Amino acid sequence: MTTTTSTRPRGMHGGTVAVAGAAETTEIGKRPDTSVLGLHIEAARNALADAGLTPADVDGVATAGPSPIDVAHHVGVTPRWLDGTAVGGCSFLSHVRHAAAAITAGAAEVVLITHGESGRSQVGLPGRARSASSPPGQFEWPYGAIAPYMKFTVPALRFLHERGMGREDLAQVVVAQREWAAKNPRALRQDLVGVEDVLAAPMIAYPFSKDMCCPVTDGGGALILTSAERAADLRRPPVYLLGSGESAESTLVSQMSDPGSFGASRRASSEAFATAGLSQGDIDHLMIYDAFAHLPLYGLEDTGFVGHGESGAFIADGHTRPGGRLPVNTNGGGLNYTHTGMYGMFAMQEAIRQLRGEADAQVPGVRTSFVHGYGLFFSAATSLVFANERP
Amino acid sequence: MNTTTAGAAKPFAHAPEPTPETLPFWEGARAGELRIQRCRSCARHYFDPRPHCRHCASADTEWTRVSGRARLVSYIINHRPAPGFRDYSPVIAMVQLDEGPTLMSNIVGVEPLPENLPLDLRLEVRFEERGEAVLPVFAPAAPDTDEPNAAAVTTGSEETRQVTA
Repeated sequence: MTTTTSTRPRGMHGGTVAVAGAAETTEIGKRPDTSVLGLHIEAARNALADAGLTPADVDGVATAGPSPIDVAHHVGVTPRWLDGTAVGGCSFLSHVRHAAAAITAGAAEVVLITHGESGRSQVGLPGRARSASSPPGQFEWPYGAIAPYMKFTVPALRFLHERGMGREDLAQVVVAQREWAAKNPRALRQDLVGVEDVLAAPMIAYPFSKDMCCPVTDGGGALILTSAERAADLRRPPVYLLGSGESAESTLVSQMSDPGSFGASRRASSEAFATAGLSQGDIDHLMIYDAFAHLPLYGLEDTGFVGHGESGAFIADGHTRPGGRLPVNTNGGGLNYTHTGMYGMFAMQEAIRQLRGEADAQVPGVRTSFVHGYGLFFSAATSLVFANERP
Repeated sequence: MNTTTAGAAKPFAHAPEPTPETLPFWEGARAGELRIQRCRSCARHYFDPRPHCRHCASADTEWTRVSGRARLVSYIINHRPAPGFRDYSPVIAMVQLDEGPTLMSNIVGVEPLPENLPLDLRLEVRFEERGEAVLPVFAPAAPDTDEPNAAAVTTGSEETRQVTA
């Protein structure tokens, strides 16, 4: 079979596919009025309104948490494409990658990706998927490593130790991101803090104090993806997907191939840059999933934005803060803005706001944004490169 | 066999439920032995349990009793233990066995303070009863009995006891 360049599809990257609609639930934080499924529906309807579309325009649905069948049924979509990939907080980033493949292949035309969690109010929770016979049920839970702060945090001391870093470096992450949160009226934690404040906050799980751990909130968000051609005819400025990558290691934190560096992050980010045809220096804005304060440190190094051991000084020197040369987690991050449980959707929402020029803490002139998500602690990772212009 | 019985009297809500693939590990713990799989093809130990080698994918594997000696890779000291865990060590740790594999466990036999828990601290296995369950946990190694690297059950030695085929 011969395929000429002129007829070969451009592939799923390089701006073939675009975000045509994006929205969060109308309110985030404390939502005892709404179930998990209700949060998905609210976010979906807000994103459809943002795109100027109706449920009848959608033919693909992806979600994690509830079944995509429930989301499709309750939003009112008749799907011909479904994706229930559930790899934790980066699931929604993976859905974007999978939707781009589906749209490019002709398996779907307009894809709705929804997130919603009642992390704080615990209303209408989907069932727990894991049991005492699962790998974590056998090899982590019996040791009291159950909630995220009891296991996602465990490798951090090794990361710090290998680099001659310490708790102050975790605190600097919070200090820097609080400067962004202070500019964001929707952020839960908006008060500026200093390193000493963060270190002196009540201890949750040494070396992590309370401020180094995300709050647990209610909320949701949704995206509408379609071809760049279709997006050009819709009401909002398209945000193009230039590149993507995803990978995984193990659902057991103890089985990380290297506790001081996450292999799935390195692979996912490397593929995202390669497929986008860009390098770190081409990126104007960065979102790194931050359920806990060590993740921006791991993330900066594992995605190659800084070298080994440079993450702490990079943040402490102010490069990720307002006015810095690489703005990071400009909504305040999961640590300060909101964290429903699977935060990845909110990281993408902020990237899209920045690329549309409508963020609360808008960075001037953002053309490219890199979003890096973690899933099921150090189990999975997904990276996406977005831009507001087609290359 | 060093089995502590601090938690034995109380029911334990998070007892592991073995599967056929993991049962030798848990049977070993009940017998006071740390049993880990080893590949006969590439001569490496591996964890977590599966029927084939994690490193080279060979199905020619065996269960072996390992030395129980390890080092402290990383940890947290949990100040907000999950329900049912107040009676147990709050030190949730990654430990690397001298034979290579890394496990999640608890550090016992030491006050749970950072100054007592330097990374790379030498450890040795203990077995702790929690309700009906018996878990491998780790304690700082007694200096006179632990010689780093020399104590490992070495590949192919007569000390490597095959527990199940």
